[in-house]
Amino acid sequence: MTAHVAGKAPRTAPAAPAREKGRAGTWVRLVLLLLFVLVFLIPVYVLLVTSFKPLSEADPAQAWNLPKVWTTEAWSVAWEKLEPGIVNSFLLAIPGSLISAALGSLNGYVLSKWRFPGADVLFTLFLFGMFIPYQGVMIPLVQLMVDLGDALGVQLYGGIPGLVLAHVVYGIPICTLIFRNYYVTIPDELIEASRVDGAGMLRTLWSIVLPVSGPAFAVVIIWQFTSMWNDFLFAVFLTGPTSWPTTVMLNNIAGAVTTPYSQQMAAAILASIPTMVVYVLLGRFFMRGLMAGALKG
Amino acid sequence: MTRVRRWLPGLLLVSPSIILIAVFVYGLLGWNFKLAMTDKHNEIAEIPGRFVGLENFTGIWGEERWGLSVRHSIVFTLVFVAGALVLGWLLAFLMEKGIRAEGGFRTVYLFPMAVSFIATGVVWRWLMNSATGEHAVGLNRLFHYIGLDFLQWQWFRDPDWGMAAMAIPAVWQMSGYIMALFLAGFRGVPDELREAARVDGCGEWGVYRHVVLPMLRPVTLSALIILGHISLKVFDLVVAVSGKQIITDVPATFMWTAVYDSHDPAKGATIASYIVLSVVIFVVPYLIWNARKGNRS
Repeated sequence: MTAHVAGKAPRTAPAAPAREKGRAGTWVRLVLLLLFVLVFLIPVYVLLVTSFKPLSEADPAQAWNLPKVWTTEAWSVAWEKLEPGIVNSFLLAIPGSLISAALGSLNGYVLSKWRFPGADVLFTLFLFGMFIPYQGVMIPLVQLMVDLGDALGVQLYGGIPGLVLAHVVYGIPICTLIFRNYYVTIPDELIEASRVDGAGMLRTLWSIVLPVSGPAFAVVIIWQFTSMWNDFLFAVFLTGPTSWPTTVMLNNIAGAVTTPYSQQMAAAILASIPTMVVYVLLGRFFMRGLMAGALKG
Repeated sequence: MTRVRRWLPGLLLVSPSIILIAVFVYGLLGWNFKLAMTDKHNEIAEIPGRFVGLENFTGIWGEERWGLSVRHSIVFTLVFVAGALVLGWLLAFLMEKGIRAEGGFRTVYLFPMAVSFIATGVVWRWLMNSATGEHAVGLNRLFHYIGLDFLQWQWFRDPDWGMAAMAIPAVWQMSGYIMALFLAGFRGVPDELREAARVDGCGEWGVYRHVVLPMLRPVTLSALIILGHISLKVFDLVVAVSGKQIITDVPATFMWTAVYDSHDPAKGATIASYIVLSVVIFVVPYLIWNARKGNRS
């Protein structure tokens, strides 16, 4: 059921490239790759340089120049405007990714080690949930959140809890997929031995499976954190001014014609720092999530 | 009976997720289709829509804006999918035999995946500013610096091919991911196979043509599916780069305006249904193919 690519993170190539046609080929490749690095980093250069410019240097003729005077003016203004959104995003992404991981772990465990009739069909039905464009559920989802919120007495529509709920629910497929593929690698004999010893399903999960689940939790938490942090579609349909996460606030700030470029760029960087930090520090796990998501996108 | 007792606890443990997916994915998709088949063209709760069959689905083709957004989506998809596929493949090809500082290259090419389209859209809107001549900023200014003034154009504001420009940031953002997929694919080709081909008298190109490329077909298919479904629902990027302008309208932004500006739920649901259908057409066969393949192996 797993995609051929899933879980197969690119291993590093053999250290000594076998039978290279001379050094020239390697050099050509290295130069080309470095050129692409330059092209890929153009937006980063623009973001940084522009964000440190004072307003007086906002002149098309100097657009690509380094600032003559470096200033963090734009940064402090951008921070002031963006801060509530960043707080909301943390309130969304931290609990959201933890709940997602817990659910994914339970589902993945059952679908790999405690299977019931029809488990495969169910898994395929889950997977379809990863591919649907969320536009297809958005209008009724808003209505459902309103109704559900009224019934439960919680503010779901227009509040952070509703956004958490949406992300957790639509994250179930990918989280289940990652955990299931991870748990498949645990030998069935271990589970069977635990069963013979009289341990039930939950006991086995707790004492055999969870202790070795660390990497899968890291992958799922990072994946969900990143997608919740970066999401715009759910946020724009489900939240209001007091619960807008970073992306919506950033779009409002950057979309206003009155906001100077320096502030727009500083805000864009600020909005990206948390996920960039995760990416740089835990890139290995991020990578694995991506590979599992080869079934997603 | 003992068999049932063996699998029942597992089913119970996943049942919350089953219910959530059933309601939020399948239930809401159905609700959306039902709404699309009514004449509920207002938001007044007291006036329920009447069933009108496929009237909305056919009627929308009479709207100029719908035709435009479909055309835009097609241009965007072609340029984005081809661009990301070719660039991702090329990067992987350049790296597959191992290169100095490979980890560093991978980190650079992949980092845009960790950032939201909303944040990168800010800088791309600046880069693709349509001003030319004296007022040129961004890439147009850069072309001026290097004496390539004739390359200056309107970018995403170009009435005919603006959506091709809109695809550039998307290629920038996604090609690192495609590179990672292809790199895993390249590295998945057993060395013995390549060696065997060489022994049989294949040159390096022959090895690629007859051994490596055929084995990359499944990865290419996955990449196509991923890029295609991202492309058909593209929303954040368009909003971040150009806002709600008709000139860059795609179905997802059209739906957004139908819901929030025209206050027409039935029309929004109709557009959403079309987005879902366009993705389902190729994702469902892919999932079924994937499930069958999984069962065989």
